[in-house]
Amino acid sequence: MVRFFGILIGLFFAGMMVYSFGRGAVEYVSNPPVKAVEYQFHEKPKEVSFTSDGPFGKFDNQQLQRGFQVYKEVCAACHGLRLVAFRNLAELGYNEDEVKAIAANWPIETADIDPNTGEASTRPSIPADKFPKPFANNVAAAAANNNAIPPDLSLITKARGGGAAYIYSLLTGYTQPPADLPEANRPGTGLHYNPYFANLNLAMAQPIVAEDQVTYSDGTKATMSQMAQDVSAFLIWTAEPSLIKQKQTGWAVLAFLLIATILAFLSYKSIWADVKSEKKKKDA
Amino acid sequence: MSFPWAQQYKPTTEFGQWMDDRLPVGRLIYNSLGAGYPTPRNLNYMWNFGSLAGLFLVIQIVTGIILAMHYAANANIAFDSVEHIMRDVNSGWMIRYAHANGASFFFIAIYLHIGRGLYYGSYKAPREMIWLLGVVIYLLAMATAFMGYVLPWGQMSFWGAKVITGLFEAIPLVGKPIQELLLGGFAPDNAALNRFFSLHYLLPFVIAGVIIMHIWALHIPGSNNPTGVSVKGKQDTVPFHPFYTAKDGWFVGLALIVFTAMLFFMPNALGHADNYIPANPLSTPAHIVPEWYFWPWYAILRAFTFDFFFIPAKLLGVLAMFSAILVWFFLPWLDRSPVRSGDYRPRFKKFFWFGLIPCIAILGYCGGAPAEEPFVMLSQLASAYYFAHFLIVLPLLSRIEKPTPLPNSITEAVTGKPIQQAS
Repeated sequence: MVRFFGILIGLFFAGMMVYSFGRGAVEYVSNPPVKAVEYQFHEKPKEVSFTSDGPFGKFDNQQLQRGFQVYKEVCAACHGLRLVAFRNLAELGYNEDEVKAIAANWPIETADIDPNTGEASTRPSIPADKFPKPFANNVAAAAANNNAIPPDLSLITKARGGGAAYIYSLLTGYTQPPADLPEANRPGTGLHYNPYFANLNLAMAQPIVAEDQVTYSDGTKATMSQMAQDVSAFLIWTAEPSLIKQKQTGWAVLAFLLIATILAFLSYKSIWADVKSEKKKKDA
Repeated sequence: MSFPWAQQYKPTTEFGQWMDDRLPVGRLIYNSLGAGYPTPRNLNYMWNFGSLAGLFLVIQIVTGIILAMHYAANANIAFDSVEHIMRDVNSGWMIRYAHANGASFFFIAIYLHIGRGLYYGSYKAPREMIWLLGVVIYLLAMATAFMGYVLPWGQMSFWGAKVITGLFEAIPLVGKPIQELLLGGFAPDNAALNRFFSLHYLLPFVIAGVIIMHIWALHIPGSNNPTGVSVKGKQDTVPFHPFYTAKDGWFVGLALIVFTAMLFFMPNALGHADNYIPANPLSTPAHIVPEWYFWPWYAILRAFTFDFFFIPAKLLGVLAMFSAILVWFFLPWLDRSPVRSGDYRPRFKKFFWFGLIPCIAILGYCGGAPAEEPFVMLSQLASAYYFAHFLIVLPLLSRIEKPTPLPNSITEAVTGKPIQQAS
């Protein structure tokens, strides 16, 4: 009975599938799907390497500090870093006084309640505060940015396919729309062409526009590519502050497991020696 | 556990004897995982994945309990509480990444364990109950994993919850109420998040309970083996301890090396970038995909693109997706070949390696790909074979196939010498 009904059901499902495949195949041949324009012009992220890449990667604190400077001077006016606290900057090599100064002098103050009146107010940040949001809310953010809400950057390198390479490519990828780009896909008012962005046109204007846009204190030449790479490296850190610790812990765990596994394997071999030798006799 | 050749538990201390007369825990362990469980001597490494799946379930439960101490199941703060675990909880990143990747490794182990059962006929008499309980475990694990993926409340969490609960909507009449019951509302929100968290915490313990029954049922006939020939005497077996504890032990080490390499060096490789974007009901991701271990079923769901008279395509897809797993419940009665092991079934072997395995690989690949051609056509072909394999090929094959000669005993298969019957 089970087999009888099973075969009927199997014939039904398999038949439906073969029928659907046939209809789909006819459609595919007679009316081949056209690749969306976005597919034709969209480009994969550029190849770019970071010191934190690979199993032995390390953060370059000088670079992270430069990247933080780019974030502060170029990005911070529109993009928040709401999951990162000022105190976390100590990990980039800033000392306690520097962290306090960065927090206190941050252009946007931290929202608070006036201790005397209970009214909403703001105050200078302290290291324990998270980075204040650049806009009071999403409506304000959209209103100030041609209806596009600038995404928070705390997790951006983990929240985009391609990661930091994508961020780097986007920052350095602004260009004139190609001549053969259809009219419908040309950037409208307030939009900017960038082949690394999924739908080719994004609301953010090119943020890094000129060499020496920021003045690095460590003497590094602030080329556009350098600034883009530095801020991308900084955003790897904001997304995964424990990245290097993870890799170091990983090596320690692997070393332990390797020794434990070898020992376990040897004891397995010795426990099974008698049973296996009986088998060998057969092979001989 | 009534094997005449099993070693008998003998308490060695006075306290052990005292306990054995009152609460024989030692005896239970001895008979289920110790020397009191005679196990076929010829098990290959495919028999290692059951204990491995058990280990990963334990890892999931332990890391999950710790995560629950810091996680907040509230739609407003769930996402940030996960980031709090990642950033501010001591070694929180390790616990969370172990939990996220542990789910994948649990499914890797479970899929290889199921594949072992399918090839070596472990579902056949007298082991039907073990197989049926295993399918129950798999279904519970899928529900648990799905609800767990919703908890971080990222974009894929939210839209995954919406799509998967939306499947129930396709069922006529009762579909909509079922969906609302699952979600506690009309769309995923705080009520859904809360009940998913509650169930996500509950179900692993239900799984553990079913696993106990699974192992209990296993200990009645004992383990199957690569020849599929039943154990005939003591010579065919070795005591589980120390032989298979040692074999499982070193293999667990190997599996943990692969697991920790993932965990520490590429923890997000199996995840989706969109889940690091907080849930936003107003912004639909370009491609909504579930976790990789659901891809084959997701491909079957999406393969149904045409209505069948009055049955809409979506309902057909949902029916097919559930049937694809439910068919496993009937497998012991669909495949009537008396030979268990695929090694001795020449035709079955071909259908297995050149039919079923590539078909599931194709379904898996297409389930993760966007719903466009040629992936839809590929999944249609693969789905057709999937149903044909279980519902048509296996029942007919067991009638027409001529199996190759079986060894007389496990011992003979291993040593070439006939088994000496103990009197």
